[in-house]
Amino acid sequence: MSLLATVTLPDLAIFILGAALCVTGALGIILTKNPVHAALSLVMTLFGIAVLFIELQADFLAAVQIIVYAGAIVVLFLFVIMFLGVDKEEDLSIEPIVAQRPLAAILVTALMASIVALGFIGHFEVGPPSQTAALTGGGGNVADLGKAVFTTYLFAFEATAGLLVIAVIGAVVLARRSGDDEGSDAMLMEELS
Amino acid sequence: MTNLLATDPLFANGLTLAVFLIVIIKVVVAFAVLMGAVTLMIWFERKAISDMQSRIGPNRVGPWGLLQTLADGIKLFFKEDLIPAESDRFVFKLAPYLVVVPAFLIFSVIPVGGMVTIAHHTFQLQVADPPMGILLVLACSGIAVYGVMLAGWASGSKYPLMSSVRASAQMVSYEAALGMNVVTVLLVCNSLSTRAIVDAQGGSFFHWNLIKTGLVPFVLFLIAATAELNRPPFDVVEADSELVGGFNTEYSSIRFALFYLAEFMNTITMSAVMVTLFFGGPAGPIPNIPHLRWLFPILWFTGKVVAFCFMYIWFRAALPRMRYDQLMDLGWKKLIPASLAWMLLVAAALTSWRWALVVLSGIFIGWLALSQAFEIGSAREQSNTSVLPAIGQRPLSGRALRRFTDHEAPVDDETTDHDEEVEA
Repeated sequence: MSLLATVTLPDLAIFILGAALCVTGALGIILTKNPVHAALSLVMTLFGIAVLFIELQADFLAAVQIIVYAGAIVVLFLFVIMFLGVDKEEDLSIEPIVAQRPLAAILVTALMASIVALGFIGHFEVGPPSQTAALTGGGGNVADLGKAVFTTYLFAFEATAGLLVIAVIGAVVLARRSGDDEGSDAMLMEELS
Repeated sequence: MTNLLATDPLFANGLTLAVFLIVIIKVVVAFAVLMGAVTLMIWFERKAISDMQSRIGPNRVGPWGLLQTLADGIKLFFKEDLIPAESDRFVFKLAPYLVVVPAFLIFSVIPVGGMVTIAHHTFQLQVADPPMGILLVLACSGIAVYGVMLAGWASGSKYPLMSSVRASAQMVSYEAALGMNVVTVLLVCNSLSTRAIVDAQGGSFFHWNLIKTGLVPFVLFLIAATAELNRPPFDVVEADSELVGGFNTEYSSIRFALFYLAEFMNTITMSAVMVTLFFGGPAGPIPNIPHLRWLFPILWFTGKVVAFCFMYIWFRAALPRMRYDQLMDLGWKKLIPASLAWMLLVAAALTSWRWALVVLSGIFIGWLALSQAFEIGSAREQSNTSVLPAIGQRPLSGRALRRFTDHEAPVDDETTDHDEEVEA
């Protein structure tokens, strides 16, 4: 309870707002039947997380959250939904993979339990500025983040970059069709002439 | 929240009622100025375009037709608000706001002037100066994609959907080039805050990022920004000969007005972003006139923004629309590699000249490899064993098209090869 006593009112208000956005969006993702509405709920959740990041003084992460996740990834989700024409309401009573739902429930419970356990066991310098300003100096963290990524965690950073390149090349290779002479310019010209 | 607002001296002494009032006034003034600027911009665009096309343009409402936009706005406001039966009602109503709100938000981080002191409170002439300043601009332009995309989808109509798919693909593609040129500026300025970027360019003309980053990022940013705005020559989004009226075809009344407003507002804010990034924002010579020194930065800023707005109008009058595949080729095959190469070069040059030489040779090798890859790719596309279907996915090659259209022309291989060379 000592934590609640020292958190300032604006910090608390912003946390409640961000958390409400996250939870409402998350519920929207699983409860709406239309895939486009679900994708929009996902955007709302990402916004909520960005608000929480700002509250934790992680400005850079907040901006990247919006630029990368909301601005690019969910846009691509919507692209696929619109292109494939699956923007119809789905029948949720059909279970495509056997035992998917009970397994999902077990896994999510385990994951939530481990997160809560981490919160109790671990020691993190996170929290509203009124709590952590003394520990972090309260300054901007973009420069710190850049230094950490390009010195201490350089290997992990480069490995992630390599992984992404492999994923892109893999996608290109998979999307390529074999070089058959199907429907080329020459064939078409012969057909039409 | 101290961190978010730390750089503005207004908040140095805590949050009092006067400080709070100043913030509210700043927000209201920014909103009003932007709204006023948009009405003037629409008038300016129509008038300048008419002059360039030897027409008269709006000249009935008010002096020189200045109030034409206001009259149009009132007309749109009182028109019937139609929602198509096939539409997704909630998303249809939401979409215009997803376009307008980011357009306003971007303007909030633009420094329009220097420091001003009123009643012992010194403050910056910009609504907010967050430490992630310029990233907010990128984030907002990322959100604006949703408005365009959802507007087309929610209309429940064929052509708006096609237009919105084109628009969002275009905006997402060019955002990469846009972001990389912003990074080049950040490398030179050492800060994400828009105020710090502007301050780093103070002094003389030679301190502007236009010079410091070596002109190339500005040109690339200008092209990418024009595509990001969906303005001519990159306005395939509303190519009226192909798509009726673009993603907002089904919109009417006040919702249409919001789209229209956002389009011009984005032109102004993007001009302001360019002025901030490359042209020193409010920087410029200040004559020593007592009590009026605060006014000159604002005048400099306004002058620069108006110059850019005029340039966009000029683009619209002078340049023909690009085809969709040309647009994508320009974005992915030219702008993004060029932006990346120049960013690496600037980063290396900031370290030492030896690194610059190393990176330069690396860029040269990369350029050779890339151009070779493009050549192989386009040759494969036109060859007999093409893996791409000829019709339906991309336009036919010039040679194939000529065989369809010129039945009389001899089609022996030598002449067509020659034609290809001339075209290239």
